[in-house]
Amino acid sequence: MSSQERGDLKGGKGGLTEPPIPPVLEVKDLKVEFPTRRGTLVAVDGISFSIAPGEVLGVVGESGAGKSLTGTSIIGLLEPPGRIAAGEIRLEGERIDQLSHEAMRRIRGRRIGAIFQDPLTSLNPLYTIGQQLVETISTHLRTDRRAARERALALLREVGISAPEARIDHYPHQFSGGMRQRVVIALALCAEPRLIIADEPTTALDVSIQAQIIQLLKKLAREHGTAVMLITHDMGVIAETADRVAVMYAGRIAEIGPVRELLRAPRHPYTVGLMGSIPKIRAATSARHAPLVQIEGSMPRLTAIPPGCAFNPRCPKAFDRCRVERPEPLAAGSNLTACWLYG
Amino acid sequence: MAEKHALLSLESVGRDFDVSRPWLNRVVERAPRLLLRAVDDVTLEVRKGETLALVGESGCGKSTVARLIVGLYSPSRGRIAYDGVDLSSAEAGPQTERIRRRMQMIFQDPYASLNPRWRVREIVAEPILVLNLLQNKSQIDGRVAELLTQVGLAPEDGDKYPHEFSGGQRQRISIARALSGRPEFLVCDEPTSALDVSVQAQILNLMTDLQSELGLTYLFISHNLAVVSHVADRVGVMYLGRLVEVAEAEVLFAEPRHPYTRMLLDAVPDLEMSGRARTPVAGEVPNPLSPPPGCAFHPRCPHANARCKEERPELKLHDGRRAACHAVEEKRI
Amino acid sequence: MSLQTLWNHDLAYSFRRSPVTIAAALLALVCIGGAVLAPWLAPYNPFDAATLDLNKALAPPAWIPEGTRAYPLGTDDQGRDILSTILYGARISLGVGIAAVLFALVLGVTLGLTAGYFGGRLDAFIMRVADVQLSFPAILIALLVDGVARVVMPTDRLDEIAVPVLILSIGISGWVQYARTVRGSTLVEKSKEYVQAARVIGRHPLAIMLRHVLPNVLGPVLVIGTIHIATAIITEATLSFLGVGVPPTNPSLGTLISRGNEFMISGVWWIVLFPGIALVTLVLSVNLLGDWLRDALNPKLR
Repeated sequence: MSSQERGDLKGGKGGLTEPPIPPVLEVKDLKVEFPTRRGTLVAVDGISFSIAPGEVLGVVGESGAGKSLTGTSIIGLLEPPGRIAAGEIRLEGERIDQLSHEAMRRIRGRRIGAIFQDPLTSLNPLYTIGQQLVETISTHLRTDRRAARERALALLREVGISAPEARIDHYPHQFSGGMRQRVVIALALCAEPRLIIADEPTTALDVSIQAQIIQLLKKLAREHGTAVMLITHDMGVIAETADRVAVMYAGRIAEIGPVRELLRAPRHPYTVGLMGSIPKIRAATSARHAPLVQIEGSMPRLTAIPPGCAFNPRCPKAFDRCRVERPEPLAAGSNLTACWLYG
Repeated sequence: MAEKHALLSLESVGRDFDVSRPWLNRVVERAPRLLLRAVDDVTLEVRKGETLALVGESGCGKSTVARLIVGLYSPSRGRIAYDGVDLSSAEAGPQTERIRRRMQMIFQDPYASLNPRWRVREIVAEPILVLNLLQNKSQIDGRVAELLTQVGLAPEDGDKYPHEFSGGQRQRISIARALSGRPEFLVCDEPTSALDVSVQAQILNLMTDLQSELGLTYLFISHNLAVVSHVADRVGVMYLGRLVEVAEAEVLFAEPRHPYTRMLLDAVPDLEMSGRARTPVAGEVPNPLSPPPGCAFHPRCPHANARCKEERPELKLHDGRRAACHAVEEKRI
Repeated sequence: MSLQTLWNHDLAYSFRRSPVTIAAALLALVCIGGAVLAPWLAPYNPFDAATLDLNKALAPPAWIPEGTRAYPLGTDDQGRDILSTILYGARISLGVGIAAVLFALVLGVTLGLTAGYFGGRLDAFIMRVADVQLSFPAILIALLVDGVARVVMPTDRLDEIAVPVLILSIGISGWVQYARTVRGSTLVEKSKEYVQAARVIGRHPLAIMLRHVLPNVLGPVLVIGTIHIATAIITEATLSFLGVGVPPTNPSLGTLISRGNEFMISGVWWIVLFPGIALVTLVLSVNLLGDWLRDALNPKLR
């Protein structure tokens, strides 16, 4: 595979004939560990990916796969004793995984924005949303408070809050769940970050509101050219929002590729099982009550990850090599799959 | 399909919650009493052997309906009858007790639905002991082992504590507990919402297998339409405490009539990436303490007219399903 | 559970790593051991009038020129050996302290559980009573109960019932903290689905309270109880110091300190100092153990 084709797989909107656009975020062989008195637990084991400007990368996986930890490490909020044991994280070319707390604090908010799951706890209940927005804007963009307030109003309008002049001086509890999440998105965007990490941004919301928020995120990413890392367990959200998707399993990336390809023709047996087990609406009687595809067993605990491919005990297609050697990402169509079936 | 015997029937059931501020505050601040109508005039029946699903978003009252049925709450209005026996009458006689034993419930949160200080076999055996189904200890242990195997666990798991199990395994324990009382009717309140998608598939398959093995009737509560489409025979859609559409599952998913049902179906993400056109979703669920007048859905409905703002629609039969919508009645949609 | 698993348990691990806690535990063990084994450890029985020798009254501790080895910490005005009185006194102090705590615990947990589970008017009533009681200092409550008992009981039986009344009064002064904590935890547990499941199964509310809720709310009670032992001992000491605690025939550490106080002016310092040191050591070690237990059991700090 030529380096140009490899560049396409990793990021960039250019086709085979254009030079690849430099990615906003580049993660190489990231390893996150937790030393405990029972030994060191490896929660994220050597993952690599990149995100181009304006692109939404979905990171999907079930609980315990390590996706939230990846987001936390990138944004520098990993709680000790957890630590980044190996690998590199580069934001617009510069390494950020080894910066001091102070330097990381300056980057957070200004160049990396974050959206978390619970809008209720992401906003300080004691301050109006206007105060929170203005403070963040004036801290990071060094403008005066008037200009900051203008910008805050513009942002609120952009995230779909009608009549922002009336609502900017309201407190978070005066907003509904969906509105609060829009405010959180506005807060994440206000310093014009290059990268946004969104960790389960729609999980706590009703299904009709989820759809609205997803559309909003996509639109904003395009318009501002912001790279978005969307972490979720919900494949449906990924289908609607992401350009590319990485499927994580037991701290590793099982498969990564363009979303259409991956969802329509998954290669890795785990992804195949995952897609099969998601219930889809079928009106025909015959499909109702038909058993859903199920993957036997459950994701291994961090203390008991099997040697070789982490999925091998549950894999219907496992063979000898799988039990011994850990697979590297191999090309399969337009995806990269960590599976020896494609070796 | 032959008309199946109605096992459970709800007639104009309503439940209010008093969420007023404490008496002292009300007197001092001259604040009015606040009554939350969590369930408002719900008429529904569940037939023997079927799975009826109740869907809706948060706050629509579906969980309250579940709790009204099993007796955790008593209805403020209306009548709940099981196998012909009125459960909501004031006297809680021995007949009501006997009826209640035929119902069990499975809860949403696998982490809070098992007592963390009890061993699994004590948890599963509790209904057997309370209902006095078996007296001999070895018989009880044998039955517990049988149940654990039936739900896909090992008999040795009875000696462990809940925290040693994953979410999916805990739901299996919950199911074993619910089955140990030999019920015929199971109320399942979002049993898979807290589970990962691959685990959800295992649990849903287990539940459908058990239903055909044991001849169970399910009332399945969920906010996830895709899950419901896999398990339900009939579906009821709720909004702000009211039932807005009830139909056979095929009919509902193929041709939803009520605008809210359509909106819900539209909001389901398109995993096939077929790129189907979607009508944009409008607005949010209003405050249940002050529901809009007339039809509760009218502020968000693209087909609302003057009548919708004033007159509350009744659940009426149209085209093989019941829908509470003026536009459907007037054949505007 | 094998010894190996016990050693590796989280609590044991946290214990091993804290030198202060280990020291406190050893100290507490010494104090409690001394108190329990007093009849065998004490060189004399200070309450047996026959063994008292008034000639040896007010003898100073052994290392002072006028002291003798026979009375290592000196004697008091009646010729009683201070060391022995401390050992026996600690017995009383510890006994009353633990008994009072048990009483307060049972009363408080019962009321808290009932208030939390049933709610409504019962809850409001119990909590109002608790609030009212909290506005009085514990000592005052103990004094009040004690005073009422003295008036009500016939004078000739006062000495007999003094200790039970003391336990009762300290216990009544301390139930509120248990009730409040347990009520809060009960409210949390009540809303959990395993309690609802028990209700659906048809269990009687009392059975649900005792078998389902109680085991899950007892955790913090253990910590409060340990620290309360120290407070109860101090309260008993204070009451005895004031003369309304244990009868003078059966002195506790507090009584000893009180008596010793009178002799301070004449330069006889050993009668007040050694019981004082003993009391402080006992209370401090129990407090430190309670502190460790609270931190070790707090899931957020782990």
